[in-house]
Amino acid sequence: MAIKYTHSVTLDSDLCKGCINCIKKCPTQAIRVRNGKAIILEGRCIDCGECVKVCPHHAKKVICPSMDDYKQYKYLVALPAPALYAQFNNVTEVEQVLAGLKGCGFDSFFEVAKAAELVSDATRRLIGQTPKPVISSACPAVVRLIKVRFPSLIEHVLPIVSPMELAARLAKTEVMEATGLKEEEIGCIFISPCPAKMTYINNPIGSKKSWVDGVISFKDIYPALCQSMKNPEPDILETAGRIGISWAISGGECSGLFNVENYMSCDGIERVIKVLEDLEDDKFENLDFVELNACDGGCVGGVSTVENPYIARTKLRKLRKYMPVSRNRLEKSIPANMLWDKHLEYVPVFEMEGTRMEKFKAYAEVEELLKELPGLDCGSCGSPTCRCFAEDVVRGYNTADKCVVKMQKKMEKILSTLMHD
Amino acid sequence: MEAIKFSYTVPGDDFTRAGDASTDLKSKLKKMGVTGAPLRNISISLYEGEINLAIHAGGGEITALVYPEKVELYLDDNGPGIADISLALQEGYSSATEEIRSLGFGAGMGLPNMKKYADEFHIESEVGKGTHIKMVVNL
Repeated sequence: MAIKYTHSVTLDSDLCKGCINCIKKCPTQAIRVRNGKAIILEGRCIDCGECVKVCPHHAKKVICPSMDDYKQYKYLVALPAPALYAQFNNVTEVEQVLAGLKGCGFDSFFEVAKAAELVSDATRRLIGQTPKPVISSACPAVVRLIKVRFPSLIEHVLPIVSPMELAARLAKTEVMEATGLKEEEIGCIFISPCPAKMTYINNPIGSKKSWVDGVISFKDIYPALCQSMKNPEPDILETAGRIGISWAISGGECSGLFNVENYMSCDGIERVIKVLEDLEDDKFENLDFVELNACDGGCVGGVSTVENPYIARTKLRKLRKYMPVSRNRLEKSIPANMLWDKHLEYVPVFEMEGTRMEKFKAYAEVEELLKELPGLDCGSCGSPTCRCFAEDVVRGYNTADKCVVKMQKKMEKILSTLMHD
Repeated sequence: MEAIKFSYTVPGDDFTRAGDASTDLKSKLKKMGVTGAPLRNISISLYEGEINLAIHAGGGEITALVYPEKVELYLDDNGPGIADISLALQEGYSSATEEIRSLGFGAGMGLPNMKKYADEFHIESEVGKGTHIKMVVNL
């Protein structure tokens, strides 16, 4: 299935040993091993980064630009994800990190935590107007997962742009007004904990266009930031409160919803899938809001983070201790630039191809083929499970003779015939 | 056309596994292009059936026959049987124990929901012998 899509998760073929760790871990069965190397099926990949986390050979990588790639901009704005503040030792104030960003080549910053507080306010206002339970749209990996696997839940997804996107829109407008520079002369660069956010820029969710111009990962900016954080500037002030900062951890987005009682937060892609399955079957009663984060612990668990997610959570708790609950709210009704201008569409990458009848026949073939397979899910054929292998064979992506267990049995039979002759 | 057959065994009193069959069948049906209301009707009616098998019947067998135009679901058990089927089909009527209710089940919506979400619903039951249900959902 060819879908034009620019991913941030990629493979370094030289490092790939063709082991099956990544194909087993992928939540959308988007990886196969072919000719001793892993390949990513682009239509299925949701850029969650699970394969990057699990690869023992570091062959799975997150492609991310560096500061040098943004030289064409006259003015650079850093959009730090709130999880960034929790990556360092000896940071007692968010201002230290914000000052450090200016020392890394940025002209100014716009805290994503600030935009997050506005998204929280907008969510409180919208929650009665979207079918319940409302599902958060902040984690792009989760929204992409819903797009490919849970079509019936699409209408539940909150149609508000993510804090990152809103931060870029607000930052750019502010800088244009303050400096007189043109839109294209200002670069809004998101400091990112994960690849899903990077992919978002080229493939925005719910928006025709993203105002975010680029991304730098936590991991890449970390060394320079550690250096520049030593000299904080006195005139830099933090702009968000506890709610905005807390978006970095699972449950943080929920903490901004004062007007609903029944909310739930879930993190970690496998658990998120379980919750989505149950939501699809109406298993939760009277639920108002569901926050879902693909990474363990929330954004602090992103694959491009430096600190252990649970330590980061503790650090964040200390950082927010003396902050006000929130520093930002909408003055009037929800502005148009916070709302989605493009509907989510179901992308049926898991369906067999063709008409209803053809799909049915293809699946009947899958079931027939499965009867001959060992059911070990060993992955040696390059597909994650025997069922997936059977589906691949029926789709024409693989050939039935690739099952090593079947092959071994065949060899044994030939050998025993030879011995008896 | 010959149906594609899926079989599941539901163990009695095991709440950790009740729901596995509906989740599994749902993922397979999605691959066959089944979405929307029919998919929802199948998974809800089958899930209710699984819970009933686990709570009331001490376990049982599920057979799903998938055709291009419909799905037939058969739920068979050798449990205690239902003495008064019309009473059991009333919304809110439940014979579940206090213990089961305290777990959030036993609201008396199992059989009524199965009947509501399936396009066809047939039930036969004999006290002391077991219950046999056939549901059909049109695609």
